[in-house]
Amino acid sequence: MDKVTRRSFVTTVGAATVAPASALLPLAAAAAPAKTANIAEPPKTTYLFFNAAEVLFIEAACERLIPADESGPGALGAGVPNYLDKQLGGAWGAGERLYRSGPWQPGTPSQGYQLPFTPAELFHASLRAINRDLDAHGTPFHDMSPEAQDAYLKSLESGAHDFDGVPSGVFFDMLLKMSIEGFFSDPVYGGNRNMVAWRMIGFPGAYADYYEAIDRHGVKFEREPMSLAEDGHGNIHVRQDIPANL
Amino acid sequence: MVQRLKEVDVVVIGVGMVGSIVAKELAAAGYKVVGLERGQTRFTVPEFQSPAVHDELRFDIRKALMQDNTREPVTFRNQGSQVALPVRRWESFLPGTGLGGSMVHWNGQTYRFQATDFQLATRTRERYGKNFLDPDVTIQDWGVTYDDLEPHYDRFEYLLGTSGKAGNIKGRIQAGGDPHESPRFRDYPTPPQKEHFQGAMFRKAAGSLGYHPFPQPSSNLSQPYTNPEGVKLNACVFCGFCERYACEHYAKSVPQTVILPVLLANPNFELRTGCQVQRIDLDSTKKHATGVTYIDAVGRVFEQPASLVITSTFAINNIRMLLLSGIGKPYDPATGHGVVGRNYAYQTMSTVASFFDEDVIINPFMASGASGTLINDFAGDNFDHSGLGFIGGAYIGAVNTNGRPIQYHPVPPGTPAWGKGWKQAVVKHYNHTVMFSCHGSSVSQRQNYCDLDPTYRDAWGQPVLRITFDFPPNDIKMAAYVTAKAVEIGKAMGAKQVVGSPRKGPYTVTQYQTTHNTGGTVMGDDPKTSVVNRYLQSWDVPNVFVIGASNYPQNATWNPTGTLGALTYWAIDALKNKYLKNPGRLVSA
Repeated sequence: MDKVTRRSFVTTVGAATVAPASALLPLAAAAAPAKTANIAEPPKTTYLFFNAAEVLFIEAACERLIPADESGPGALGAGVPNYLDKQLGGAWGAGERLYRSGPWQPGTPSQGYQLPFTPAELFHASLRAINRDLDAHGTPFHDMSPEAQDAYLKSLESGAHDFDGVPSGVFFDMLLKMSIEGFFSDPVYGGNRNMVAWRMIGFPGAYADYYEAIDRHGVKFEREPMSLAEDGHGNIHVRQDIPANL
Repeated sequence: MVQRLKEVDVVVIGVGMVGSIVAKELAAAGYKVVGLERGQTRFTVPEFQSPAVHDELRFDIRKALMQDNTREPVTFRNQGSQVALPVRRWESFLPGTGLGGSMVHWNGQTYRFQATDFQLATRTRERYGKNFLDPDVTIQDWGVTYDDLEPHYDRFEYLLGTSGKAGNIKGRIQAGGDPHESPRFRDYPTPPQKEHFQGAMFRKAAGSLGYHPFPQPSSNLSQPYTNPEGVKLNACVFCGFCERYACEHYAKSVPQTVILPVLLANPNFELRTGCQVQRIDLDSTKKHATGVTYIDAVGRVFEQPASLVITSTFAINNIRMLLLSGIGKPYDPATGHGVVGRNYAYQTMSTVASFFDEDVIINPFMASGASGTLINDFAGDNFDHSGLGFIGGAYIGAVNTNGRPIQYHPVPPGTPAWGKGWKQAVVKHYNHTVMFSCHGSSVSQRQNYCDLDPTYRDAWGQPVLRITFDFPPNDIKMAAYVTAKAVEIGKAMGAKQVVGSPRKGPYTVTQYQTTHNTGGTVMGDDPKTSVVNRYLQSWDVPNVFVIGASNYPQNATWNPTGTLGALTYWAIDALKNKYLKNPGRLVSA
């Protein structure tokens, strides 16, 4: 397989399942990134869901949840905020696969999520309240020291705040869960850029035939990871409805 | 406006594994059969193909193949004193939808239950005395024996091409197989799959402790196979995308790869998809079904008359179909009377994580859904329970099925949930950890049941199913006991750290455990404690048969699909050779 020269091209994908049709953007500039473990400067994300104030919190918070370190890039370098933006702006944010009929009442922990909010509503409500809360107390989140940021995130995690009906622990759990999704899901969804998270742990990705390898016990599998949007020539196809790297 | 259609011989509700097999057999016998499937048509090509099928976010996390819970949810509570609330997102268990049913997204773990499981109440009383059990436990005998089912297990395994190693052929113990299994007539149709590293480590460690490890019976095939229906399957390549996914390789035995090509070629069979059956229709006596009423994908209402109705939906949906149709008396936990919804049970799942140093390379992503090696030494009644205060058990195995990283990134206890400490632990342990499953039995208990929810409705305006369930104390004790044994095996493997997580209460719908929901339309010899007789025929409406894991009076140690396949062929045998020759009650009440 040729790993040196690559082309990028645009595939047409079926029904837009994630972003609304109005969010479709031209993809001519979406070149397949080079396959290196570290990206000096991640591509700038065009946010379609988060507003400017929300972006400042989300980018800073995600990077504390999954920070860059010697093992490789963190959430920012992997494009996790971009993933969150595209998921929350699409069907998932609107309540895909969420039973949304009332009546509504709080349940026991074993009964799971019982709030009327869609993920999009839950994020907007929480981020509005967070920014209001921090404005009133001085330092915006993105200007805090890492230690202060962690302390604030822990206060969210412990459920100490009520964000206009959203317990902060519920928001935190959703933010963390979705950040981990964005970090490890296929890069076609706009996170895990350049498959950095898969390289970090040694997961070879979507394409897999281990018939010959499975009984060679204890031998490290060294193949480059492959995205499900990658063809046999190393090109990564970006889904038209998810502008992953704009 | 209800449109009345031309009468047919048989209506099958749900075209999953059971529905496909029943329809194929009855259509081949010359009966006109209509199969009503609520989901869409789908096949290995083009629907299950790469690259789209290897998408962890879409299939694992977003659960693309599952029953549409936004239209058809269930409600849940732990105790009857609580208000049941909707399961707003699937997590704990994952019923499928669409042609092929839940089996399309199964792992392929294909077990038989043991002879003692089918006579559990009698066996327990005889071996441990009549006061051994918690009085709330409502286990009972099945009304069939292992010997009744053995030829049907065999037929099902040969349909699937299951890859395994016999441990007991006609009473002769076979080296390399499971010595605890009940006698089988012949070996599996194909040899075991290759063993992954975790399985090999487990085999050595369990063997060193005197246990009896054997390869997991797998319906992800070890070699190409042509089944008795003439349908061809390929060998599995261990891609690690089985459970929650469809197989692109024709290597996993599902209706599409073992029987649908034959069924769909028979002009006696008609498949209708997008059809949501509302109820089984009864005549004025309420003792005879006239057919079913369903709503199609565009909302038109149809009445499909039929001489025989077979409901073969996922376990919990079978229960609901009977409740919505007024077939059988609903169970009342206050009085203990009634049968529909009674003896709902589950599976008691525990895990053990063994953490190794970084020079031990596991490659968890190389696996099939039924890879691995296990022991039955602590399963079922294979060990003496005297003085233990519980019945049942679990198989213990290194049966790791995948390394898909959103879901699978094991870290030791004490690791932070996020931040640098979490990330470092994930990187450190991903490729150096072995997970065991302790796959445990589930007793039925008086307080655990299903009925219709008084408040919440589905998209068609009908009450949804309400599940009231918590783990019986019997099973919590069992999980603690067996998990401790599994921890010893992890230590014998030489792991640096071994962490057992025995299942504890309360049962929660927020965490995936297993899709092995059982009971609610249980089979038996007594109409006071069963919904269907030993041939899976309704006691109340003899031209209705109910086939599903909903027939299990309690759940045994193992994955339920093999036993459901055997029961399906057992019921077909009774239908073809008894009922259809002379329709009426097969067992007098």
